Amino acid sequence: MEIVKTIKLIHDYIVRDEEGNETGKVRAIDGVDLDVAPGQFIAVLGHNGSGKSTLAKHLNALLYPTEGQVILDGFDTTDESHLWDIRQEAGMVFQNPDNQIIGQVVEEDVGFGPENMGVPTKEIWERVEESLKAVGMWEFRKKSPNRLSGGQKQRVSIAGVIAMHPKCIIMDEPTAMLDPSGRHEVIRAARALNQVEHITIILITHYMEEAIYADKVFVMDEGKIALQGTPREVFSQVDRMKELHLDVPQVTLLAHELRKAGLPIPEGILTSRELALALGLQPKETGSAWD
Amino acid sequence: MGLKIEDITYTYESGTAMSVNALNHITTEIPDGQFIGLIGHTGSGKSTFVQMLNGLLKASSGHIYYNGEDIDGDGYDKKALRANVGLVFQYPENQLFEADVLTDVEFGPKNLGLNESARKARAEKALNLVGLSEKYWKASPFDLSGGQKRRAAIAGVLAMEPKILILDEPTAGLDPRGRDEILGLVRDMKNQLDMTILLVSHSMEDVAEYVDRILVMNAGQIMLDGTPREVFSHVSELEAVGLAAPQMTYIMRDLAAAGLPVRTDCLTVEEAAAEILSHRDAIPAAEKGGSHA
Amino acid sequence: MLKDVTLGQYYQTDSWMHRLDPRVKLLGTLSYIIILFVVNSVPGYLVCGAFLLVCVLLSRVPFGYILRGLKTIMVLLLITVLFNLFLTPGEPLVSFWKFTITKEGLTFSIKMAVRLIFLIIASTLMTLTTSPNQLTDALESVLGPLKKLHVPVHEISMMMSIALRFIPILMEETDKIMKAQMARGADFDSGNLINKIKAMVPLLVPLFISAFRRANDLAMAMEARCYHGGEGRTKMKPLVYRKGDVGAYGVLCAFLAACIVIRVMGV
Repeated sequence: MEIVKTIKLIHDYIVRDEEGNETGKVRAIDGVDLDVAPGQFIAVLGHNGSGKSTLAKHLNALLYPTEGQVILDGFDTTDESHLWDIRQEAGMVFQNPDNQIIGQVVEEDVGFGPENMGVPTKEIWERVEESLKAVGMWEFRKKSPNRLSGGQKQRVSIAGVIAMHPKCIIMDEPTAMLDPSGRHEVIRAARALNQVEHITIILITHYMEEAIYADKVFVMDEGKIALQGTPREVFSQVDRMKELHLDVPQVTLLAHELRKAGLPIPEGILTSRELALALGLQPKETGSAWD
Repeated sequence: MGLKIEDITYTYESGTAMSVNALNHITTEIPDGQFIGLIGHTGSGKSTFVQMLNGLLKASSGHIYYNGEDIDGDGYDKKALRANVGLVFQYPENQLFEADVLTDVEFGPKNLGLNESARKARAEKALNLVGLSEKYWKASPFDLSGGQKRRAAIAGVLAMEPKILILDEPTAGLDPRGRDEILGLVRDMKNQLDMTILLVSHSMEDVAEYVDRILVMNAGQIMLDGTPREVFSHVSELEAVGLAAPQMTYIMRDLAAAGLPVRTDCLTVEEAAAEILSHRDAIPAAEKGGSHA
Repeated sequence: MLKDVTLGQYYQTDSWMHRLDPRVKLLGTLSYIIILFVVNSVPGYLVCGAFLLVCVLLSRVPFGYILRGLKTIMVLLLITVLFNLFLTPGEPLVSFWKFTITKEGLTFSIKMAVRLIFLIIASTLMTLTTSPNQLTDALESVLGPLKKLHVPVHEISMMMSIALRFIPILMEETDKIMKAQMARGADFDSGNLINKIKAMVPLLVPLFISAFRRANDLAMAMEARCYHGGEGRTKMKPLVYRKGDVGAYGVLCAFLAACIVIRVMGV
């Protein structure tokens, strides 16, 4: 069974004038069908305004469908009797690192979710310890969040979600406000959770580098899914990605240019090693910048 | 003439046990007409450095000269300096406050004491420069999209008609389209207005593509200074301080290691493609497939 | 840096006073303040002063820190003392120009000064030895019985604790926006009062907008983490009285009793 499933999901935002009268509607999501199997690492790419953040908020019952359905681990998100089950099973990490940390001390923030769920005190402490260790922030447990870097704050937010023992974590542009090293930290933590703890990850982003390691990529445009497939399938459509105002990896772009110039290179090259092999060279084992 | 920075140091909480040297004896020059990229990781002192250049922070020691005059000298007109050295902060859209876009952009010229028609003319010119068309001028800045808000905020600084424009991570948080728009805009401004530009950035790709000169900062000091090609040839030094060369440099190094005799200092996709194609003879796959170029 | 500003003035160290349950300190400070206005004789003040001195010594907070708290309200203290000194009717002691100092005025102003100084030292000591966190927890616990009267005790303490978390962030933001507007030629320092107030608009509007946006984001993040008020909530750091705390209550009661005895006996 899918952990996350949306069926013909439609979401309209109502536009109001200054007096609060309804003046129109904007369709942010327009018939999206999403299937995510447990344990997958999913990336949702799209430029700003493509509807990807609205989609994220549906998966945690922070928004409800105008039409269609969202099913999370068998629960329909409109079923209020399971609201807290849904929010516990589908954790959310948001974009702004400052605006989602509630506690004044790192460990207290991580304990916030379990406290709300009514977890006994002793178990809260166990969960806080395992969660902070999972994201490598254990030694910062007594610090004030204000003293941490952006990447560290986002890892604390991730720990706060893990402490709720979710089956799936939805990350809504968690790296958009971070510097390159912060982005690296967060993506590494997300990949580790997926590989070690087998937590399903749905990563919403506009940085294509972060989508390379996903099992499946969905590209959104104007509220619809414009492209989907493995990273290779998606990034091999260089021209289509450019139309959608998205980047493809530089090496994919280079391979694309070489192919256009007549070299016999397949589309969808994702690493310099693959490019070297395609050119008939013997690549040396070197680490890529993202490993 | 431009800016001359002579041995400046900046200490936070000076005199206490917590004192931190944010800047450590920096000496450099920003001559007129250059397009400079300033790179460094968070906490390297970049933001502190740029805030000194228009007198928002005062150096703990050392001097900064604009067109030969010491900006901390007695009676130096700081407001005039800020008009000449425009500074666009990170996430500049957070400073928008007026009821409509045009009035917000007029804020700077108004502070310079210009009369109503002059400041309106400047605001309109600035908005045209950043490509915000007339239909947005009377809109509330808060109703614009993220990229538009940022352009309105940049117009707010441009309306001061600065000779030197400093942009502190102008593409932070934007998607690829927004990023390309802003960087294209900066390049156009540079070409049209003959400004000096200092672009603070984390992205090696952006900097490599646009600027003539790169300053690399680390631990409050300038670590490297040169053309993009010179600076990015110091890959291991950059990596040692948590930075990296543009991705293309790594790709070309991997290809060279695999036996293709290419230059490794290519910075953009076009350049790299041309370089690889110029070695067509050395590509086994090209021979097998039969070259038809 | 602005980010280092903390509300209150918690002095971080490990002392017997610091380890005391925050509820003991909160209730202790309150009852101490009340008893200051109950005693009105020299022996009474001596007992109060001695008690305070012991507490200060147990806190291991340097005297300088405690006196700093006094400095800030010196003006208020002086005004109170002077008013009482000159405006209390009674048996004249000294008089010059239009002013007369009476015997009653003199004793009353001395009493007021002593009371105020003790009061300030006591409350400063509490904030120096109790982190804002613990203080909100203590407040929530002490005010707990009011929940029955539908007073939103949990919500109040949650609001306080969120405010404490966001004050440094908003201070930093104020600094940033101020500088951004100064880069556009804004002037926050010169001009008369009206101009200065007008100059605040470009600072306050963005600050309010940002505060609302943060509040909105935070509310959503809290909901996503299953926050639904105080009901059914457990605590990661529940307040539990230990032996030392019980002892402290004992000492406190003995002190209060002594003060009341002194007052009643009229010593």
